[in-house]
Amino acid sequence: MTTKLFGERVERREDRRLLTGRGRYVDDLAHDAYEVAFVRSPHAHARITGIDVTDAIDVDGLVAIYTYEDLPERMQEPLPLLIPHPSLTAPRTQHVLAKDEVNHVGEAVVMVVARDRYVAEDVVDRIVVTYDPLPPVVGIETAAAAEHAVHDDVPDNVAASLTQEIGDLEAAMAAAPHRIELRLDIERSASTPLEGRGVVARWDDEDQSLRVHSSTQTPTSVRAAIATFLELPFAKVECIAPDVGGGFGVKIMHPWPEELLVPWAARTWGHPVKFVDDRREHFVAANHERGQVHWVEVGFDDDGRILALDVRFLHDHGAYIPYGLIVPIITSTQLLGPYKIENYRVEFQSLYTNTMTVTPYRGAGRPQGCFAMERTIDAIASELGRDRTEIRAANFIQPDEMPYDFGLTFQDGRPYLYDSGDFPATLDKLRSLIDWDGFEAVRQEAQAEGRLIGIGMAAYVEGTGVGPYEGGHVLVEPNGRVQVATGLSTQGQGHETAFAQIVSEELGVPIEDVTVVTGDTRRFQYAVGTFASRAAVMSGNAIALAARKVREKALSIAADALEVSPEDLDIVDGVVQVEGSPETSIPLKLVATLSNPLRYAFDEDAQKATQFAQPADPDEPPVREGEEPGLEGTDYYSPPRSTFANGMHAVIVEVDPETSDVEILRYAVVHDCGRIINPMILEGQIHGGVAQGVGGALYERMAYDENGQLQNASFMDFLMPYATEVPTIEVDHLETPSPLNPLGIKGAGEAGVIPGSAAIAAAIEDATGLKIRSMPISPSELHELRRADEETATP
Amino acid sequence: MTEELLDITVEVNGRPRSARVPARRLLSDFLRHDIGLTGTHVGCEHGVCGCCTVLLDGKPARSCLMFAVMAQDHAVTTVEGLEGDDGELHPVQQAFHECHGLQCGFCTPGFVMSVCGLLAENPDPTEEEVLEGISGNLCRCTGYQNIRKSVHRAAEALRETGQSATGPGRAGG
Repeated sequence: MTTKLFGERVERREDRRLLTGRGRYVDDLAHDAYEVAFVRSPHAHARITGIDVTDAIDVDGLVAIYTYEDLPERMQEPLPLLIPHPSLTAPRTQHVLAKDEVNHVGEAVVMVVARDRYVAEDVVDRIVVTYDPLPPVVGIETAAAAEHAVHDDVPDNVAASLTQEIGDLEAAMAAAPHRIELRLDIERSASTPLEGRGVVARWDDEDQSLRVHSSTQTPTSVRAAIATFLELPFAKVECIAPDVGGGFGVKIMHPWPEELLVPWAARTWGHPVKFVDDRREHFVAANHERGQVHWVEVGFDDDGRILALDVRFLHDHGAYIPYGLIVPIITSTQLLGPYKIENYRVEFQSLYTNTMTVTPYRGAGRPQGCFAMERTIDAIASELGRDRTEIRAANFIQPDEMPYDFGLTFQDGRPYLYDSGDFPATLDKLRSLIDWDGFEAVRQEAQAEGRLIGIGMAAYVEGTGVGPYEGGHVLVEPNGRVQVATGLSTQGQGHETAFAQIVSEELGVPIEDVTVVTGDTRRFQYAVGTFASRAAVMSGNAIALAARKVREKALSIAADALEVSPEDLDIVDGVVQVEGSPETSIPLKLVATLSNPLRYAFDEDAQKATQFAQPADPDEPPVREGEEPGLEGTDYYSPPRSTFANGMHAVIVEVDPETSDVEILRYAVVHDCGRIINPMILEGQIHGGVAQGVGGALYERMAYDENGQLQNASFMDFLMPYATEVPTIEVDHLETPSPLNPLGIKGAGEAGVIPGSAAIAAAIEDATGLKIRSMPISPSELHELRRADEETATP
Repeated sequence: MTEELLDITVEVNGRPRSARVPARRLLSDFLRHDIGLTGTHVGCEHGVCGCCTVLLDGKPARSCLMFAVMAQDHAVTTVEGLEGDDGELHPVQQAFHECHGLQCGFCTPGFVMSVCGLLAENPDPTEEEVLEGISGNLCRCTGYQNIRKSVHRAAEALRETGQSATGPGRAGG
């Protein structure tokens, strides 16, 4: 029988190869490849005055050295602005190799191709680049002050300003009985996958074609970029994302300079070429995110209901702006969370600095927005002396108000409209999971022992499954194997399992017979990519629709063969059978054989299939009009707009009275992402997100000094949480199905990270009584706050 | 400018493996590129992330912090050496699978080898000892919760079957 698989904890099908060392990541491929290393800028801002390779050219094993001047014309053009926006009035993107000027430490200036990476680095060490340093612009407020410019032709450092407003902000603010103003800061961090960036390219001279493997979240777009910049027919470029060792956003950026340079070098030399970054390179030359400063003014009534909310923020997008305004637009809309706020104005400026470029990192602007909103709610509660959950409840959009249209425009240019969600129910679950009401007793007990503990919470709504589309292809082979492909790629989300669950259930076949391939342009050419918590929603639904097409076709062919009506048929465990009389049946693999009128009798099944063949109508072609040979189907899912998941986190922390070290005692998550495909995979996603949230709240920051030098560009100094820093995460779920898609699912990949800083700041504030307005917070910073507070208290 | 090459032989997963390498070749690169065992991963090359962890004479070691020549006459076990001849997963691998202790899989071989080393030394670790035992390996995907669970599950399986924590898995194990 066919097992019910949607919603089950099916163990992952990708695990075996990953556990036995048979995973294939970029650096596991092409051991014969030449390897590439780069001379990267040691300056944050400088003009290049000379490049001298005299000492480098004698190194044994050197293949080639390239500067900007050596590139073909098309490759000399700036990299594309991927997502233009009318407000983005001064977009600047980088060149694949620096042209005249460098704008951040780590910018690639010279490419070296050599026998292996050891030799390539030897050569890099012997190349002398001379620079004329320029004043670096580092830090958001320095950029805004615009004493110096990053790009000469953008003197104010402002790439974009955007304001959105709903209601009548000024009147509502003026009329509000209470008003508070806050400044809220979030520091810069980065995705930091354990496998960095990598690309390997092979040129087939006989076929005049290129095969590229890249550690990317979007192989179809990388392929398009390569074909365009190398001026090759798309049909001559294949791009494959092999096993990818984590992405978390940074690998949605494309094309990286290396993704064009490496294929170009491979074609030039007719030899495989590979680039794999090292950790320092990844820190200084792979994109970052998060740095924003927010100024909030909120007007509210005696019950804490928000009457007016005015937010202004500055977004530091680094040296270039290839990904447009996605991050700040997400902040400016998703900041509203689960709250009904009818008078709202948000204004941001996106600023150039001489630091690494900023593009989405898991959460993508939401952690900042959540921090701004949730800290504001806590400030209202504190002002009114009310319980923080009460203020939240007073502001929730109610389930009967769904769908709720704010009247704003979201990142996809579509209305910012929540499709579903039950925020009061989520809060109830959270309060009971963490025992919110019982905490006061716990606190007093701890206080009696001289311990400082506190509780905090934060709520978020996440737009997931952003369009425009994904597609799926499902093929039943004559041997009964079901081959499934979708274009977006996988970085650990278990797509091979989750998508197989969907196909198994939709098609009525054993999961063992289903094989899923993602991120391979040889198998599926149209795709957007894996980001914005969209893979399950977009490809999951597309694959389901494709499987339904295949099912329909299978039933029609089987109905002809069995001389019954298709409505009477079902597919159970890979066999098409008449419902109620399963003895009248035909295996799906025979249906697959029947679906192709050309069937040489390669095997017994093909011979058997002929017994079902209908007498041919001499006037009908063997493939009838509107039909195609083969038991396969392709379909696409393209939603009108995003579907909105939501959740709430609560955390209990303890602050060491001596050292101000923060320990997380409990961490509770209630999460609603619609129908769940595989709870085990979902919980894994939440756990991983929370760990990154904890890192962002307490440990991780990109520490640039005033010269634009990244002071902590190693795992020794950039502190990612180990097992010892991540608490046990208690999870509870709601399942409010999305009305927008056939499977009723919402995305889940990013959710875990969003409220981390907000909830942990709230808990530290609750433990210490100090206003926590800037995250992450280190023990020394907290210690300093406590010391300053004590000094004010005892003059 | 040419580099001197040295002939070395290292016992890897029970077999002598030879290669001609420069003195500066890292053990991790020797394993991955010279003898093609790419299950050992490289995440930082400065000894912090633990992705490159192998067993050196049965003890966990960072293969990115050693030169290949230093492994001459020593025995190295990599993740490829854990699977039984019949394809049976080692109990530590099996536990990671059952407990969803991996996502992207990049840190996984390093974790698996660290856990093998831990359980060889301490077959019944407490939660604290598990944390300590895996606190030299970074994972960016899982949040560690299911990895901790995997270690306890593996310890249980090893105790029940009496299998070696550091040797290949075996059928029925």
